[in-house]
Amino acid sequence: MQKELWKGNEAIAEAAIRAGCDCFFGYPITPQSEVPEYMSVHLPEHGGVFVQSESEVAAINMVYGAAASGMRAMTSSSSPGISLKQEGISYLVGSELPAVIVNCMRGGPGLGTIQPGQGDYYQATRGGGNGDYRTVVLSPSNVQEAVDFVQEAFDIADQYRNPVMVVCDGLIGQMMEPIEWHPVPKRDLPPKDWATTGRKGRDHHNIINSLYMDPEVCDQHNANLAKKYALMEQNELRWEEKECGDAEVVITAYGTPARIALTAIEALRAEGIKAGLFRPITLWPFPEKALHELAGKTHVKAFLDVEMSSMGQMIDDVRLAVEGQKPIRFLGHAGGVMPTVEEIIESVKKALKEVQ
Amino acid sequence: MKKEIIISGFGGQGGLAIGKNLAEAGMAEGLNVTWAPSYGPEMRGGTANCSVVLSDKPVGSPVFAHPTELIALNEPSLEKFEAGVQSGGTVFVNCDVVTDRVQRADLTAFYIPCSKIAEEVGNPKVSNMVMLGAYVAATKVLKPETIEKMIQEMFAGAKAKFIPLNIEAFRRGMACVQ
Amino acid sequence: MAIVYEKSKGLTDAELHYCPGCHHGIIHKLVAESLVELGLLDEAIGVCPVGCSVFAFNYFSCDMQEAAHGRAPAVATGIKRTHPTQAVFTYQGDGDLASIGAAEIVHAAMRGEKFTTIFVNNAIYGMTGGQMAPTTLIGQRATTCQSGRTVEQAGMPIRMAELLSTLDGCVYAERVCVTDIANINKAKRAIKKAFEKQMNREGFTFIEVLSTCPTNWGMTPLKANAWLKENMAAYYPLGVIKDSSAEVK
Repeated sequence: MQKELWKGNEAIAEAAIRAGCDCFFGYPITPQSEVPEYMSVHLPEHGGVFVQSESEVAAINMVYGAAASGMRAMTSSSSPGISLKQEGISYLVGSELPAVIVNCMRGGPGLGTIQPGQGDYYQATRGGGNGDYRTVVLSPSNVQEAVDFVQEAFDIADQYRNPVMVVCDGLIGQMMEPIEWHPVPKRDLPPKDWATTGRKGRDHHNIINSLYMDPEVCDQHNANLAKKYALMEQNELRWEEKECGDAEVVITAYGTPARIALTAIEALRAEGIKAGLFRPITLWPFPEKALHELAGKTHVKAFLDVEMSSMGQMIDDVRLAVEGQKPIRFLGHAGGVMPTVEEIIESVKKALKEVQ
Repeated sequence: MKKEIIISGFGGQGGLAIGKNLAEAGMAEGLNVTWAPSYGPEMRGGTANCSVVLSDKPVGSPVFAHPTELIALNEPSLEKFEAGVQSGGTVFVNCDVVTDRVQRADLTAFYIPCSKIAEEVGNPKVSNMVMLGAYVAATKVLKPETIEKMIQEMFAGAKAKFIPLNIEAFRRGMACVQ
Repeated sequence: MAIVYEKSKGLTDAELHYCPGCHHGIIHKLVAESLVELGLLDEAIGVCPVGCSVFAFNYFSCDMQEAAHGRAPAVATGIKRTHPTQAVFTYQGDGDLASIGAAEIVHAAMRGEKFTTIFVNNAIYGMTGGQMAPTTLIGQRATTCQSGRTVEQAGMPIRMAELLSTLDGCVYAERVCVTDIANINKAKRAIKKAFEKQMNREGFTFIEVLSTCPTNWGMTPLKANAWLKENMAAYYPLGVIKDSSAEVK
């Protein structure tokens, strides 16, 4: 298949159009502004709707209205803007509406930096808005995956009637890489007979709502949602293991740091040090069982968690999965500084020394 | 084979385009490639740089501190990145803009009068093609035919009149290091 | 036996939860009748707010969405842009529209979104128990301004119909009330006109309905009606605030 060189953000937008995205609502913010820019030109060419909203808050609520009336709706932003969308994401889940939300993460807190970051892991994986909820969180570590995941995200969202997040860091959005427009798996999707499209002869009116005044009814609603999360945990888990078969030190990383780790692993192996990579692809659901099993292998001596975060966020999930079987080291930077190959090599060596 | 290239200059000098051309040509030759820009306010007038990887293996990190080659289109770029270049690496300098010389003895340096050649060819905008020619000739990592074919595809249709100009600039750049 | 009066088909059989003397019931009826009379009920998609009318999705018999507090105009934008030939409306109170949702309503009007907003202004937060709203009158008591609203503390009340009228995208803005038969009839005409203009794709249409809140105002329904006419209508003048088609003529 023909390879094409695409910039991450533009490829994400094109992938959404190819997935049948009907409408996009967004607001400019670095480093994701190429997504709305691309959409403003190309989505209308395919009969879709583009609106530049007055705020991120408005954008996610435009997504709500469109999704509730049966459309494939999408928005994208970067960290500070994603914070503003949290109210709307909570309402999307509560009202059981499908939507695709892309977070091209930058460093924080506050305005932070426009350089790449991974400080929104907790927010993405724990449900960043109010209430108990989860969304499937897909984390590409190259442009091809970004393209594939965005297309699949629409199907996943429609299957569960739940928003799906695609979380990449600023570098994936900004970099160019060859991709193929190969077909992505399509799912059998239920009809959207719940959508508020106007009654048009229907014998009842459809209502999209997240309000349940009776606590027992609200409890039951949450229990029903929890059943969906359980299904997502069962069906949507994805991860990748590289060079883990004999690894003594396993690096856990996602997104760009996972790529940097691969370069480090290559160099370490050239020196005779057995390092491997465990890369969660779905940040939620987290591949807990697979990581737990890997931690139980006798050849695995230690873990090194690498993140673009100052204290680590995914490391909590790594700890929960490893359950104290092996020591876990951490290497991280925030504020747009990326961990380097050299630092990773040094940290792996230290981790190994500690257990010898 | 793995080339890690930093191209750096003022915004508007065409450094990002040189990087894109290298990545496009590498992809056409079946290599694994990445192109990663520095982004932010500096891309609008200040110093802009990009990192390109050309490799026969899948690309891990798209960013790196120690390039195999540096293409410096202005003085701040040479100042900033020379120290990081891998020992035995190569530095390409646009000597029409940069008067400084490469300090390290373990590096090969090529001084390419990109702007002067571009003017001789007839359009200052093709100075990046001159630099591309120098890089291709010096590193031999890409075939000149690949670049020339790419130029023909880039200027298809109404822009076809720009093809000979760009190809000439590219060849003059190659001649600088031969 | 001949039927002389029937509940509008635009309303469901659900029992309204509104307090005695509250105007929401009348305003619901006028919106529902307008949709039926214009033949729009089967096409309409409504958006309700957070506030006293939060359960309006149970009362209108067309398809309905419940929005987050203040966001109804953004939600309606998402609906109308993807369903451009269908009737879309938001039904919002003064806390929802004039306070937390001020940005959303201003920008929907600026863009000339082709939906209709029914803005129910009762000068107080009803559902949460009578707190001050941006529309609370100077001197009017509320649980967060117990000695009465002052200019020093809270500024002057906001006139949304006038504010939105300054935007070219807003083609029709009228302020009405439903205190008596004559005003109810006027209000109905205004609501129908707004929907007609929406369906003619003229632009954003806005009907502000002054309304009572006997419970939180601490008045009988009759006294509340009188207070509305005497005080609210004095600060919020009734009538057409803007009609672009009239200007053209």
